[in-house]
Amino acid sequence: MYVAVKGGEAAILATHDLVAEARRGDPAVPEISVAQIREQQALACARVMNEGSLYDQDLAALALKQSQGDVIEAAFLMRAYRTTLPRFGSSEPLDTAAMAIRRRVSATYKDLPGGQVLGPTYDYTHRLFDFGLMDEPQRAPSPLAGEGWGEGSRHGSDDPSRKVASDSDLRDPSSAPSGHLLPQGEKERAPLDARMPRVPDILGAEGLMEAEEPPEGDPRPFDLTRDPVSFPADRDVRLQSMARGDEGFLLGLGYSVQRGFGGTHPFVGEVRVGEVAVEFVPEELGFAVDLGDVTLTECQMVNQFQGSKDVPPQFTRGYGLVFGHSERKAMSMSLVDRALKARDFGEATNYPAQQDEFVLYHADNVEAAGFVEHLKLPHYVDFQGELELIRRIRREREERIAREQGAQEQNAMPEAAE
Amino acid sequence: MATLARASRSEIESLLGDPPDHDLLKAPETGTVMVEGRAGGAGRRFNLGEATVTRCVVRLSNGRMGFSYALGRDGRKARLAALLDARLQDEAEDSGLHQGVATLAAQQAAARDLASRKAAATKVDFFTLVRGS
Repeated sequence: MYVAVKGGEAAILATHDLVAEARRGDPAVPEISVAQIREQQALACARVMNEGSLYDQDLAALALKQSQGDVIEAAFLMRAYRTTLPRFGSSEPLDTAAMAIRRRVSATYKDLPGGQVLGPTYDYTHRLFDFGLMDEPQRAPSPLAGEGWGEGSRHGSDDPSRKVASDSDLRDPSSAPSGHLLPQGEKERAPLDARMPRVPDILGAEGLMEAEEPPEGDPRPFDLTRDPVSFPADRDVRLQSMARGDEGFLLGLGYSVQRGFGGTHPFVGEVRVGEVAVEFVPEELGFAVDLGDVTLTECQMVNQFQGSKDVPPQFTRGYGLVFGHSERKAMSMSLVDRALKARDFGEATNYPAQQDEFVLYHADNVEAAGFVEHLKLPHYVDFQGELELIRRIRREREERIAREQGAQEQNAMPEAAE
Repeated sequence: MATLARASRSEIESLLGDPPDHDLLKAPETGTVMVEGRAGGAGRRFNLGEATVTRCVVRLSNGRMGFSYALGRDGRKARLAALLDARLQDEAEDSGLHQGVATLAAQQAAARDLASRKAAATKVDFFTLVRGS
């Protein structure tokens, strides 16, 4: 028999104190500031902004501090805060062609207009610990500094062999220190082009790429934060859902596509990272106002062909766009975006990444974490029912066995007498 | 407004000097704007996610209205930017205030230019390997 009880208030208050203590860690170690997290853990902040679906670097940093670096908990804080704010409206669609590029690479064209700009990336690092980061702070050389010829190491200037090398030596590939980035000529230090063409548009100009045009009338996009999603879901719903979806979930699905669970043979047409202006038309002004810049990562995935009686075979697209510098997320999103087009192209939808209902219902990590973690909450009554059920099943089983044994013994008796 | 949206609170504060007398028509208010993207960069619109935005509307004692809209949650910056917006409408194009904004714009352009040059330093210079030399 279960009797409903109340309690735990004092315990909950005590846990608030204890979590504050745990969050602070050793008081002998200086406390981390929100500004430090914003500036020095920017990639974590980007993930929190994406999964929290709210662009605000300060709040993302605060969320990370408050949650001890638990990204999903931080995203939850962002989502909760967002619901307290009024919405002024929707921005003008972002123009990513006008992005102030910090990084832009293509795996399909070596010599594309605007060039391959590596920018700040871990792609070409050795994944060896830089124990120097444990020491007293030092300044890394700027890529534009005289001695900073891209040696790519905070300790590079300590190397005496490089100090004596003149600029002209460094510019000759044969005399460049082995293992270091090749030096760039003086003219390459001019700023990058203000507009860089998107790679699919280059293919599109030849008619080799699936066209990407707004539908008739350029309709307002569906907003899954305001209206319930129904299936099959349109592309705008899928893209919004993935933009706020869990990076790990999308990474796993994108990986599954590559491994053959929905093969689309992808190439990175382009990944670009940089700043884009957000424009908004306030009702009272009636013209577009520039609100400032947001950092974005965009991925254009080029996939194998589709054609029909009316359209000759063309490459197909997958698209990823996310807040902050988050290439893995943008790439995963573009892989899954293409996989989810399977139905539109009349392809079989045998695999998870091709099924919109599966992907959209499970991509949201705040929802997923809520449902998984609610299992920790008291289920005393539910469980009491289970307990009574299993006891009854066992009791009935024992009674049945006893009955059957009794019947067998009765049957066996006459045989034994013979 | 684009320049003020990108300026820091202290930059606006030092440009404006002592805040003029004014009414708050719309007190600084933080909300969000849903940021839209386009599929493939140019296709169907979709909602990428929201961004925090703070706005403010002021009226100077001479009746001139000033507006500000900028990303972020800085209410004081929004109020100062709205005041500056109102003041700028009353000032001649060659006034010190306009020059101050032009200087800010130039500083922001220079910062963008520097970032672009740093990125350009990571641009790949392909060269062909000569065999058998």
